[in-house]
Amino acid sequence: MSVSTAPAPATSPETHHEDTGLWSWITTVDHKRIGIMYFVTSLFFLGVGGIEALIIRLQLFSPENQLISAQVYNQLFTMHGTTMIFLVAMPQAVAFFNYIVPLQIGARDVAFPRLNALSYWIYLFGAIYLNVSWFVGAAPNTSWVGYANLTSTQFSPGLNVDFWVLGLSILGVSSIMGGVNFITTIINLRAPGMKLMRMPLFTWMTFVTSFLLVTALPVIAVALILLAFDRFFATNFFVASAGGDPVLWQHLFWIFGHPEVYILVLPAFGVISDVIPAFSRKPLFGYPVVVYAGVLIGFIGWGVWSHHMFTSGLGPIADSFFVASTMIIAIPTGVKIFNWMATMWGGAIRFTTAMMFAVGLVALFTVGGLSGIMHSSAPVDLQQHDSYFVVAHFHYVIVGGILLGMFSGVYYWFPKVTGRLLDEKLGKLHFWSTIIGFNLTFFPMHFSGMYGMPRRTWTYRAELNVEIYNQLSTVGAFFLGASTLLLLWNIWKSLKSGEKAGHNPWGAPTLEWSIPSPPHHYNFPALPEVRSREPLWNDDERAAIEAVTLHEPATEPEMPNPSFWPIVVAFGITITWALVMTGIWWVPLLGLAFTALGVYAWAFEDPFKKKAAH
Amino acid sequence: MAEAAAVAHDDHHYTSTGLNSWKVGFWTFIGSECLFFGTLLSTYMVYKGAALQGPYPGDVFDIPLTTISTFVLLMSSLAMVLALDGVQRGNKRLALFWLGVVIVFGSIFLGFQYYEFTHFVHEGLTLQQSVFGSTFFVLTGFHGAHVTVGVIWMISLFVMGLRDKLPPEKALSVEIAGLYWHFVDIVWIVIFVLVYLIP
Repeated sequence: MSVSTAPAPATSPETHHEDTGLWSWITTVDHKRIGIMYFVTSLFFLGVGGIEALIIRLQLFSPENQLISAQVYNQLFTMHGTTMIFLVAMPQAVAFFNYIVPLQIGARDVAFPRLNALSYWIYLFGAIYLNVSWFVGAAPNTSWVGYANLTSTQFSPGLNVDFWVLGLSILGVSSIMGGVNFITTIINLRAPGMKLMRMPLFTWMTFVTSFLLVTALPVIAVALILLAFDRFFATNFFVASAGGDPVLWQHLFWIFGHPEVYILVLPAFGVISDVIPAFSRKPLFGYPVVVYAGVLIGFIGWGVWSHHMFTSGLGPIADSFFVASTMIIAIPTGVKIFNWMATMWGGAIRFTTAMMFAVGLVALFTVGGLSGIMHSSAPVDLQQHDSYFVVAHFHYVIVGGILLGMFSGVYYWFPKVTGRLLDEKLGKLHFWSTIIGFNLTFFPMHFSGMYGMPRRTWTYRAELNVEIYNQLSTVGAFFLGASTLLLLWNIWKSLKSGEKAGHNPWGAPTLEWSIPSPPHHYNFPALPEVRSREPLWNDDERAAIEAVTLHEPATEPEMPNPSFWPIVVAFGITITWALVMTGIWWVPLLGLAFTALGVYAWAFEDPFKKKAAH
Repeated sequence: MAEAAAVAHDDHHYTSTGLNSWKVGFWTFIGSECLFFGTLLSTYMVYKGAALQGPYPGDVFDIPLTTISTFVLLMSSLAMVLALDGVQRGNKRLALFWLGVVIVFGSIFLGFQYYEFTHFVHEGLTLQQSVFGSTFFVLTGFHGAHVTVGVIWMISLFVMGLRDKLPPEKALSVEIAGLYWHFVDIVWIVIFVLVYLIP
């Protein structure tokens, strides 16, 4: 407390609210700073997950390679998947939710700023906890799906699965709270006139994703709790010899796991649904249809989970149902693809780097989508299940879809966040090297998979004749890794000496481009009034809005104070889960008591209390 | 525009729907909790009759006893409604009385659960005994944990009320605590029907 009331350094009165220094970041409740922290952290873990992938690729470079042991290989592919999904793809989307959504709907912050900070800190601590496992030599090793009964104490006696089950539980808390926060923000904090059907598509997809987060995460939470009870308290949930059913784990996991796929991809769809119209100089083609398609994907996404389990022997009736529902969900996705193409059709297209990544997504996600439709057929899936063909499929969807979408968002919104443009020349180099590296890595996996190379196996025999495909993949992976360094270099360079961006460098139509770049900490001096879907493309509407949004107010709007209780509570929650590892039932209660103290201090803190006079 | 500026001046109380954000957020959280208990209940239902060794549900359940504890819990919801009414009217005595009733009834329910659990363990039904034991204790245990959190929450509100910190303007914090309490009650109704009443 004493730090926040210490005399402020002498600064000009206009900027005295923009605190700097480490403490101001630790206690921040500003959605923009939290967004930046999410982004930087997820970028760090992209590096971690990427290095894990590169070691995997080195091991697979030649048949019967002895570079790493099978045990280490298991840990690497498990942590690669877990990291990329829970520590990279989800938080990267949340980084954009945080920074962009309040700006797009004309809000000063999210509905619960402190809860937002709590979500971030839990994510950070959970991520650290999960990775501490490397340093004790017991990283999770049962793959990101952690099928029972491989995860039982009988077959996995070490700490590996403990780290996994508890780490994911911690991260789930963060996601549920984030979902609650963004649903409330989007329902309740829209500027006057920002009707639901006027919201930018990115906000819409955030909305749908948030519903999936609050509904899907509790399912995995229960599955993880049951597994934790099996491991720490010797219950029988997944113990077949005591009447338990290991297939129940698969159901619970995939009831979460398939909506999770849409949790990952819908934000990327949202990004490019904003980027493509901005650079085609045309409103999004069929806006309501794209919105409804997104909502429909959110709904049908709940009814397709067993297509991950065609080899579990559920019987012809269940299989037929899930074949049909899986084929049906391709329809709204296809609708989106056609709407993006129709938006570009006849538009005045500007091929900026952001636009190129968006178009890259449309092309490469379609490739992944097509192989997805192939596995939707149960008999075909039986041939492809657990082969590299599946690895190729979901990397086309996840890297070709999600990562490209996020890169598109980085190039699109970087000027808003920093006030400077990213270098377009380096950006295009980054784009082309990503496309080449990506296809070189993952396209050959279709073939190695078809030739019978299994997933999650640390080596292969020369007689399988898949060496050439693996070598191509390995070369491509290093190419892809190097291309990501180009992005880092571009960010570094542009932060220092990038071309200054005005408040709307792209001439984009949505509300976030009506305020200065970077925005003031209060975003909007007064709330603008929105009258259409593309408010900045109608001259009089833009003039009216910018008169409000670019105006420097005499007195700044009141914003919530910083708070350090979020980091305290996040620490408490993490410690509570981590202490479960002791296996003594009352030890985690110590962490719980600590958390409770933090929650009380939080509850009785008045976020708008006037600070002591400077 | 003047209207928008006026709205903006009213800073952190403006919402697009007119609903308080805490309320919207809490309903969303309850939606999430539905899936949480839904999954636990599904697990119980999937494993119904799968226990390989006794005691079986019919051996241990004492329906009249659980009916009493269920009734007490349901009545606590009525007390919750009356406590909120007391706070909204600014009637401190009424509010404290009914909050006290919620706390007592909630604690009685927890007492019944404590008795039930120890009795079952005595009968040989432990967490580890069978899938029935595992699913039963984890499901009702998580419900009991929710009731415990609710009782602690109510005690906090009670203490605030004693210190005159629950004026009618603070009724929303009681209303949200009430939403939680009613939700936990409704979950129990489902558990009581699916776990105890259906043989």
